[in-house]
Amino acid sequence: MSETLVEVRNLKQYFPVKVGIAKTIPLKAVDDISFTIGKGETLGLVGESGCGKTTAGRSILRLYKPTGGEVLFNGELVTEKNITHMRKKMQMVFQDPYSSLDPRMTVEDIIGEPLDVHKLCANRKERRERILELMEIVGLNAEHATRYAHEFSGGQRQRIGIARALAVNPEFIVCDEPVSALDVSIQAQVINMFEELQQKLGVAYLFIAHDLLVVHHISKRIAVMYLGKIVEIADADELNDYPIHPYTESLLSAVPIPDPDVTRARHRIILEGDVPSPLKRPSGCPFRTRCRYATEQCAEECPTLSDRGGDHLVACWVK
Amino acid sequence: MSETLLGVQNLHTSFFTDNGEVQAVNGVSFDLNPGEILGIVGESGSGKSVTAYSIMQILADTGRITEGKVLFKGEDLTKWNDKQMQGFRGKNCSIIFQDPMTSLNPVFTIGNQMREAVILHTDRRGADADARVKELLELVGINEPEKRMKQYPFEHSGGMRQRVMIAMALACEPDILIADEPTTALDVTIQAQILELIQSLQRKMGMAVILVTHDLGVIADMCDNIIVMYGGRVCERGTAREIFYNPKHEYTKGLLRSIPNVNNMKKKLIPIAGTPINMLNLPKGCAFCPRCDSAMKICLSEIPQELTINENHKAACWMNVKAAYEEASRNE
Repeated sequence: MSETLVEVRNLKQYFPVKVGIAKTIPLKAVDDISFTIGKGETLGLVGESGCGKTTAGRSILRLYKPTGGEVLFNGELVTEKNITHMRKKMQMVFQDPYSSLDPRMTVEDIIGEPLDVHKLCANRKERRERILELMEIVGLNAEHATRYAHEFSGGQRQRIGIARALAVNPEFIVCDEPVSALDVSIQAQVINMFEELQQKLGVAYLFIAHDLLVVHHISKRIAVMYLGKIVEIADADELNDYPIHPYTESLLSAVPIPDPDVTRARHRIILEGDVPSPLKRPSGCPFRTRCRYATEQCAEECPTLSDRGGDHLVACWVK
Repeated sequence: MSETLLGVQNLHTSFFTDNGEVQAVNGVSFDLNPGEILGIVGESGSGKSVTAYSIMQILADTGRITEGKVLFKGEDLTKWNDKQMQGFRGKNCSIIFQDPMTSLNPVFTIGNQMREAVILHTDRRGADADARVKELLELVGINEPEKRMKQYPFEHSGGMRQRVMIAMALACEPDILIADEPTTALDVTIQAQILELIQSLQRKMGMAVILVTHDLGVIADMCDNIIVMYGGRVCERGTAREIFYNPKHEYTKGLLRSIPNVNNMKKKLIPIAGTPINMLNLPKGCAFCPRCDSAMKICLSEIPQELTINENHKAACWMNVKAAYEEASRNE
């Protein structure tokens, strides 16, 4: 693997939830996760809604104050004090291109804001040039600069969001479901752009999504989350061909593949029931209530990630 | 082939807005046979949902069927009055929607809402109706139906709510079930549960299903026959294998190239250029031609007619006409 850029160690993010009048209990949205991302690499993060993947992305950038654990960027600890400086290196692209852009700002101001915050441009002319350059990189016309967000389609708005993230020349971008809100025919445009930008600028991505086919296409490695825990991390092809964790196995078998012969020939593993509420997390392994292999040990102790060879990490007692 | 259950002929539906007439559906025709699963696939704004709503006549106030016929067992539904339609809905044809949260009433219990459907369409009353509700909830795989009947929608997860919607839709064992993006709001593992449920119920009860979705994976998994829509028109129709392995419309081809698949993981995706269609401003010719790489002069001015590729496959693209013409002139 290439040189490590981001290292996440035992990251925890709990939210207090009120129960009754005076009692609060912690909702463990992200519970002790660790992983690394290399320079210019894409790590895909998949899981179902409520598994904590978005929270993980936000905690890394300190959009929330993490409950525990640490994030190292280029070997330097990210703290409350240096976060403004750090955000020059770490940026984010949000899921919903409709609510993540200020409706009262022109495209020029949206993309220019990070330049102003970090004082990256000496004068107005330089700022203007940089903005036009960024717009060109993401495939927007110069004439769009004076328009407002509502004048654009979903795909174009997502381009504006990406240009804003790129403005500070980051080395790492957290992409939180960046194509989920887009139409099928537009998704490919945006996915291709992410891949081209990576080749051109060498940025690393944490690519969060629930669409496994999209994640597999864009990522080098994939991490699978379930109820706040990472249950499996492996190379994308390896994970797809030889999943080990029972949850990954059923998740992959549940994805409908757009190929009638392939998808009908497969054996679908249907999971029983729903994901438990993160407030009523099962004891031991979080997946055991829906797992067809669960044993007594699974109820007693939570498995930790262990290497099964070739950087394939799995947290499971049985497999 | 068996007798046609539902025939949609040259359906036109428009919405009359302040900005002018929006022709959401422009001449859609198809036949649905008993026990068939028909998939309608398209992007947002392609008119796939409006087609489904037109069959049920549950369009918004501004919407109206302006032309065409919807034949149910030979009778034209567009000529029926409100009362007749009310009998049709639920009894002959039911619909489930994308978002199970907004389609259930939050202030009534599940049992209360389901009882309403049963009482409205059958002559069961009181305890007899309750028994039927319980039976339906069991049918869709809900545990402890008696407890669930006393609960409110917010106490159920998304997958559970969609099961309740399906149970409600099946209350009178309809001939047709229309599923409008039934799994779009659900997670992958829950989606698999719901699709499996629809498939098994379809087999058990022998009803016909119209599955409206934008997800080509779901379509590939579920459907016997597929209709691809763009800009309110049908571009291509055929069996699942014909559409996926032998696409004959430039839009279908582009769509299949642009999605990640098992075969193109290491390759670059080939996107469809441009932006989705603006229905207020439809092109004069083929709706897809502004985004089509192979567009010719005739595509700009004339709407292509459907051409039969083989007995299981039709496509409305001038490219096929050109190919057929070239073929013919070569043979001469």
